Amino acid sequence: MLNVSNLLEQIKQNPYRENTVCAPHTGVVNFAEIKSGDAVHGPEGQWKEKQGTALLTLTRERNAKTICAPEKGVIDKVYSEYENGFVESGCPLVTIRHHLTRDEVESIILKQSLYLFLAPERAKYYFVPEVEAKLRAASDPGSVLIHNGQELFIMSRMKRELPLYYSGPEGVIYAKYFKTNDNVDVDAPLIGVCPEEELPNIKEVIMRVQTEWQENS
Amino acid sequence: MDNLLQKRFISLSDRLSYIQDIFAGKQQESVSLLQKQLDEFKEKDSQNLLENPYAALCSLEELFSDVESRLDALISPLDKVRIVRHPQRISLRDILENVYDNFTEVGGADEYSLDPSFVMARAVIVRRRGKKRYTQSVMVIGQEKGHGAEFRNGGSAKPWGNAKARQFMRVAETEGIPIHCYIFTPGSYPIEDYPGAAQQIARNIYCMAGLRVPVVSIISEGGSGGAEAIGLADRRLMLSNGYYSVISPEGAAAIEGRCKGGERPAQELVEKCAYNLKLTAEDNLGFGYIDKIIKEPPLGARPYHFEFFRQLRQEVIRATDEVVISAKLTPFKGMRIARRNKPNINLDEMFLSWGLSKSEKNRLCRMRGDKFLALARKAVVDKRPFMARCMHSLDDLIMTPWMQFKYEFYRKHQRKIQGFIETVDNEWDVFKGWICKPFGKGTKQKEDKSNELMSLSNWSEDHRHNRWNYLSPRYKIDQAVTCPNAGVYGCPDLWGPDLFAEFAGVCNHCGHHFPMEPEWYVSNVFDKDSVKEFNKEIESGNPLEYPGLDKALEAAKKKTGHKSACMTFEARIDGTKLVVAMLMGTFRGGSFGAAEGYKFVEAAERAAKNRCPFLAYVHGTAGIRIQEGTHGVIQMPRCTIAVRRYIENGGLYMVCYDTNSFAGPVASFLGCSPYQFAIRSSNIGFAGPGVIKSTTGMDVPPKYHRCYRALTRGHIQAIWDRREMRNNLIQALQTIGGRNLYYR
Repeated sequence: MLNVSNLLEQIKQNPYRENTVCAPHTGVVNFAEIKSGDAVHGPEGQWKEKQGTALLTLTRERNAKTICAPEKGVIDKVYSEYENGFVESGCPLVTIRHHLTRDEVESIILKQSLYLFLAPERAKYYFVPEVEAKLRAASDPGSVLIHNGQELFIMSRMKRELPLYYSGPEGVIYAKYFKTNDNVDVDAPLIGVCPEEELPNIKEVIMRVQTEWQENS
Repeated sequence: MDNLLQKRFISLSDRLSYIQDIFAGKQQESVSLLQKQLDEFKEKDSQNLLENPYAALCSLEELFSDVESRLDALISPLDKVRIVRHPQRISLRDILENVYDNFTEVGGADEYSLDPSFVMARAVIVRRRGKKRYTQSVMVIGQEKGHGAEFRNGGSAKPWGNAKARQFMRVAETEGIPIHCYIFTPGSYPIEDYPGAAQQIARNIYCMAGLRVPVVSIISEGGSGGAEAIGLADRRLMLSNGYYSVISPEGAAAIEGRCKGGERPAQELVEKCAYNLKLTAEDNLGFGYIDKIIKEPPLGARPYHFEFFRQLRQEVIRATDEVVISAKLTPFKGMRIARRNKPNINLDEMFLSWGLSKSEKNRLCRMRGDKFLALARKAVVDKRPFMARCMHSLDDLIMTPWMQFKYEFYRKHQRKIQGFIETVDNEWDVFKGWICKPFGKGTKQKEDKSNELMSLSNWSEDHRHNRWNYLSPRYKIDQAVTCPNAGVYGCPDLWGPDLFAEFAGVCNHCGHHFPMEPEWYVSNVFDKDSVKEFNKEIESGNPLEYPGLDKALEAAKKKTGHKSACMTFEARIDGTKLVVAMLMGTFRGGSFGAAEGYKFVEAAERAAKNRCPFLAYVHGTAGIRIQEGTHGVIQMPRCTIAVRRYIENGGLYMVCYDTNSFAGPVASFLGCSPYQFAIRSSNIGFAGPGVIKSTTGMDVPPKYHRCYRALTRGHIQAIWDRREMRNNLIQALQTIGGRNLYYR
């Protein structure tokens, strides 16, 4: 069984994700004025319409293309040996060290510790009325116990409604990943299920993440 | 200080703050004099040192009036802008209460309205003749600024507010009562929610061009499209401190100063732009865009100027009477109008019925159209030689009756004439056969079929290598181009010579359309060598002598080889003749001014005369050319009237948008077309993202102006691929259209 506390400690020891920006295609590289330790930002704005920090220009057939930072972070390494040089597709050019956010840490922990039940097809999903009532009445996650083969969802597509049975390990519904009346794509997670005995542990770790995790501004 | 005295004192304080606001730091001497006097009065009164406080207050009021009269002569155009926007300025509800005898607000009340920026009311005016009283109804429509009421949005009407106004115009038309439109708007609220700001204004203007009741409009703040939405009237009056302009001085200054991202232009530049735009009542009267100025009290009318309301009442009654008399066929028209213009005449005691017969209504509409079509002609630089102008007039003289004969007489009897010709032809064939019989049968040349056996394809008709008659000069540039959608769809880079030649500027992966030159369409959409340009010599000018415009126009003329942003030509498409007006985005961003309007109207008239379909191809337009001021904005109603006349004559008017089409033209003569199409990747809207951000504070989502959104809200009917434009046009000509098209 996964030790959630150990997982959090591991993440704490290295709270970064390294993102290597590679050449999307061949071309001549010209780096922007960046160096190791510089802070960069990813796409911003309400619709991510503003590009991230310009990292370099890649020129192929007189077509200069600006490559921007894909996410917020600090530049770890600039492969300046390629400056003015011709590179092939996939060649690493810049490494960005991204400090994990609270939500990202939470997501990593939950993804590894929960069992995700996926949508079998694109449709709208609803809990069956009994489960829905229980979930509504419950104040905190993890109060509704489900077991393999239980009728859990109503799958609705173009007014065609079918029951959907849960298949997976017995446990409590810890996370709900869909919104009522919204279409869910095929293979998108519907719920995250956690074994009942693991629930206090997970709750504690998540609480620790919420309170202790420091985010870089 | 008793209540009455206090009330009058507060009124004076308000007057002082009003003066301070409208002069914005200027005329400090007068302001400090008034402030000093006011403070002295207050101090003395508080210490009971005034023997007769009423007399002292009266003399203070007189001082205020004197100073106001003196300052009135010093008002600059920008001060007038501040006057009309001031919360103490009269609003439409003040007018309804003081000018009309009674009224019932329709279409909502206060904030419980579809759009509180608009007020519509059924109002009555009671007039007397002798002892008899006559109640006359009018429909009053206008923007309501309120006195600082936030929910009124400063009179900036949303599209649904304009739609409501149009609805009640229709009601007035059904009921046969005149419409009085009061324009109190800095401009329309630039959002693209259904029905879309531009689309709705276009519908309003189109509707007003054909309203069969007298329409009088009174302008206080006439800001561009918002004003035009209710401004097309038989008589246009303007308050002496009002302004009527293509753009607000701040907007013009932001463009002049190239301000970006909500940056505010310098005050001096705003002042300069207000002066250069020639937006005052006197300027507009000089241009002929308004009929009369209504003199306001010094420094502008405020709700306590009851004498002004009395004068306004007389003016709107006079204007309505004049419109009604002009529409009637009576022998003493001039005399009757002159009698109403005598000084000190009380029109409340002169009754005239405002009802019109069917023929009078037709005449009214025709006169309204003629009036607008005659406007702004002086603002055009017409460099046609004398002989060319004579030929143009001669062509009109000869061709108009010929076309009438051809289409109105011949078409009616076409079947009989064709039947007769067929009979004669058959008889002639029989006779010819009888004559030729002794000489044997005619020999038919055998078709050469040898080639059919040798090859499956006819290579001579292969168009793969010469598909396009015109190639963009950019195809010679030896470089790759990145599709803007590469990040989303993963489009590979495109090789420039391929993209701009064979691919016709279309990404072969995602179908994104790169902008192409107007010449590409002229050569590739219409039949080869069928394009004949007319009115080429009409040039864009600088009627307001706006600084820097002459140089900019010269540069544009040199760069494009055209003399205005509108190219009008006759062409054939698959053998079908049509008239085309093309707005070119390459000439000053396709901005539309007096010359462009002139050419557009001429093209519509030509299409009507020749019974041709009329296509407005919008390669790109940034809106009305702001440097031409009201000469530009008046093209909105003018061209819409020309288009409406063409459509009512049975023509087929189609619009095709490409690249970017915004503002005035879309909100008038383009947006009113029943058949509008767009080339893929084009943007259509009322105002660009920068203007929306600065006026509404709203962030504009990406692709907000994309043609697909316009298609979704029903503004346009279809989106065409550029390479299929010719075929789509042919199909459109074959399947849709007016009743009088010659090819029907």
